[in-house]
Amino acid sequence: MSAVREQVRRRSGAPARARTFVITPVVVVYLALAVLLVIGSVLVGLHGGVLLDHGGVLNILTRGTVLGLVAIGQTLVIVTGSLDLSVAYLVGLCSLVAAETMAGSTAMIVPGVLAALAVAAVVGLVNGLVITVLKANAFIATLGVALVLRGYLEHNYTGPAGTVPRAFQHIGYDRIGPVPVAALLMLLLAAAAWWYLRRTRTGYHMYAVGGDVDVARLSGVRTGRTIVTAHVLCAVMAGLAGVFLAGRLGSGAPYVGTDAGYDLESIAAVVLGGTALAGGRGGVAGTIGGVLILSTLDTIFDDLELDSFFKDVVRGVVLIAAVALYARRRTAGRSA
Amino acid sequence: MAVTHATPGAEHPVAVVRLEGIEKSFFGVPVLRGVDLSLRAGEVHALVGENGAGKSTLLKVLAGVHRPDAGRIVVRDEEVSFAAPRDAQAAGIAIIHQEFTLLEHRTVAENVFLGREPVRRGQVDRRAMETETRRLLDWLGEDGIEPGTEVARLSVARKQVVEIVKALSADATVLAMDEPTAALADNEVELLYGLVRRLRDRGIAILYVSHRMREVFDLSERITVLKDGAFVTCAPTADLDTDQVVRHMVGRPLEALYPERTGVPGAVRIALRGAGNERVRNLTFDVRTGEIVGVAGLQGSGRSAIARAIWGVEPFTTGTVELDGVPTRLTGPRTAVRKGIGYVTEDRKGEGLALRQSVRDNTLLVRRAACRGAEARHKADLARLLGSVAVVARSPHQEVRYLSGGNQQKVVLGKWLAVRPRVLIVDEPTRGVDVGAKQALYRLLRELADDGMAILMISSELPELIGMSDRILVMREGALAGELPAGADEETVMALATGHGAAA
Repeated sequence: MSAVREQVRRRSGAPARARTFVITPVVVVYLALAVLLVIGSVLVGLHGGVLLDHGGVLNILTRGTVLGLVAIGQTLVIVTGSLDLSVAYLVGLCSLVAAETMAGSTAMIVPGVLAALAVAAVVGLVNGLVITVLKANAFIATLGVALVLRGYLEHNYTGPAGTVPRAFQHIGYDRIGPVPVAALLMLLLAAAAWWYLRRTRTGYHMYAVGGDVDVARLSGVRTGRTIVTAHVLCAVMAGLAGVFLAGRLGSGAPYVGTDAGYDLESIAAVVLGGTALAGGRGGVAGTIGGVLILSTLDTIFDDLELDSFFKDVVRGVVLIAAVALYARRRTAGRSA
Repeated sequence: MAVTHATPGAEHPVAVVRLEGIEKSFFGVPVLRGVDLSLRAGEVHALVGENGAGKSTLLKVLAGVHRPDAGRIVVRDEEVSFAAPRDAQAAGIAIIHQEFTLLEHRTVAENVFLGREPVRRGQVDRRAMETETRRLLDWLGEDGIEPGTEVARLSVARKQVVEIVKALSADATVLAMDEPTAALADNEVELLYGLVRRLRDRGIAILYVSHRMREVFDLSERITVLKDGAFVTCAPTADLDTDQVVRHMVGRPLEALYPERTGVPGAVRIALRGAGNERVRNLTFDVRTGEIVGVAGLQGSGRSAIARAIWGVEPFTTGTVELDGVPTRLTGPRTAVRKGIGYVTEDRKGEGLALRQSVRDNTLLVRRAACRGAEARHKADLARLLGSVAVVARSPHQEVRYLSGGNQQKVVLGKWLAVRPRVLIVDEPTRGVDVGAKQALYRLLRELADDGMAILMISSELPELIGMSDRILVMREGALAGELPAGADEETVMALATGHGAAA
């Protein structure tokens, strides 16, 4: 056998390629984050402050928590080749469901959380079914669901509603040293999502569907079910973000998600993290890096007391630069 | 290599799959008229026929994509009917298409087990996947491929191996390979030969679809010939020679297919002097008005790269190009169009047509893009233009995706004729076009040449190149290997293209 193998190897003319260190988008993101922290520290230092002091770290992580939750879910749908534009309204809706169900009573904390997540799961299911059964384009389907949610919120709420019991408000403020407990939970969920995408069958199928839906179908993957699963999980993550915000604010707020622009912001974080918008490649690790870059940028701008116009310009430039960088790497890889 | 017939099937030739009297029509047009085919374990069975002879339809019947209108499919002495590709797969039949069904950004093992990932304790058992993939690769003697490598990093030949392993891992015992060498470089073809033989020695039944006679005779034990959807013959390869097979395939004198060379070449229209870029080097040749110059060469020899360079997609970086005696720098497609160069690309659906737009819009696409203020004259011209290329469409407003391959190609030609190019480059002009439309396209190209156009025709189908060209340029490894006069034979062209003697 080994003689045969030797012969084949000689004829193929190429021994097994040595494994080389590859600069993946994930590496790029975290390098960029490190560079950003250094530059930010210098700039803030010149301005007479300290970026990475107790308050700074707390600030970055707190900002990153909610966006992180939403972006983890968004990563799942984008990897699957879909998109979810309804997350921002869903965050608001779930904050209201949680707060109104709790209504200030400690006993109702668990039912409140569960109710909010159930509502989220239903919305995710609707998103997924509209895309797979009605064959609507994901962009339009989730935009439509977003409009429906907005209509509901506008008709029924004018401002904050419901009350979150003090016991649950701790989730928004408790911390271990400079690290908020909620941020740890978010990172834990990120790890779970990473495991799910990289180690489970459904995760494998999400990459397959996002990579080439026809290839996936011909290979026996249940593509519709995979897409629906991704959307339900994405919505549940948005639901968790809503629940957390209710805890922080002490009540539900209809526009807490849209004011922060979590729909586009989460997509930006995912793309910044190196996940292909067309699907099929990328992952949660990059997304968390993208989230941290965005929240670090925000913190730096706050410390520098720059106006928000300039802030948005820089964020836009960073996003475009990142995508252009990945596009270049991809074409280079193809011709090699 | 010692041939060991591992399975009893090799000694007792029992058909694994039999197709009997298969008939299939599309929209009333018969495509298959009573075709028989039997595949034995441990046999390479070649299926040959011209384009449009029904090879690919027969493959699709075998794969469960199409259901036959009449006839029986028998798998291991049991009549079956395939409602979907999945049923054919379950019966152990796998098709290796020219386009691979692989995910570029997943690993070899992940692709092999796609949709069938083994699960252990709630998570995908990656070790089992990689072990099994490696076992299959070893079984095939292909240990140059690592199960953990991303597919995008593999060569085309190795992707083909992965595709085959994917089929084998699903317990395929019948492999149908559709033009497996079409995408391969010359040196990779040898590797494929080895692979096919090893598959055969391990008891797999292989249906080898190809129009390349050399491969068919090198590899197969039996040959089945189809012509115009009908079964012509099935005989052991040893009892046939190339001429006989070609006669069976064509069934008529070749001359009838190609128009006579009537024109007289005029002045030099386009002249390349030492032109080159990353893919081709030191090209020096002329194309005259009224002349069809063929370009032959193996896949990857720089055949299409000439067209892409002249048309400015990947411009020449060295040497000069003269158009009607005027030195010209062709820096991009737009410049090329302005200078009167038309390019019918090899990829009709991807690059030649806006499939969802109308015949009219497609035909006028180039003119609208390149000319100003011509909008008013369009209407009167369009009918004449479509008439001149003889497009059969319900109306100019029909979407081109509903047209046949031949008519689509005529629309692409019409699109270029709308701007009256001086030079027309056609790349694989008759790919996926039936014989009747082929003949029409040939005639059209010849008429255009006679009207004084200079035509550069690139093709991988040697009979077509030889039948059409006034001269043939042969490319090898990015350079011009030689020039042959009209009517050169296939062996001479291949000898130049491969760099081996005609004896090979």
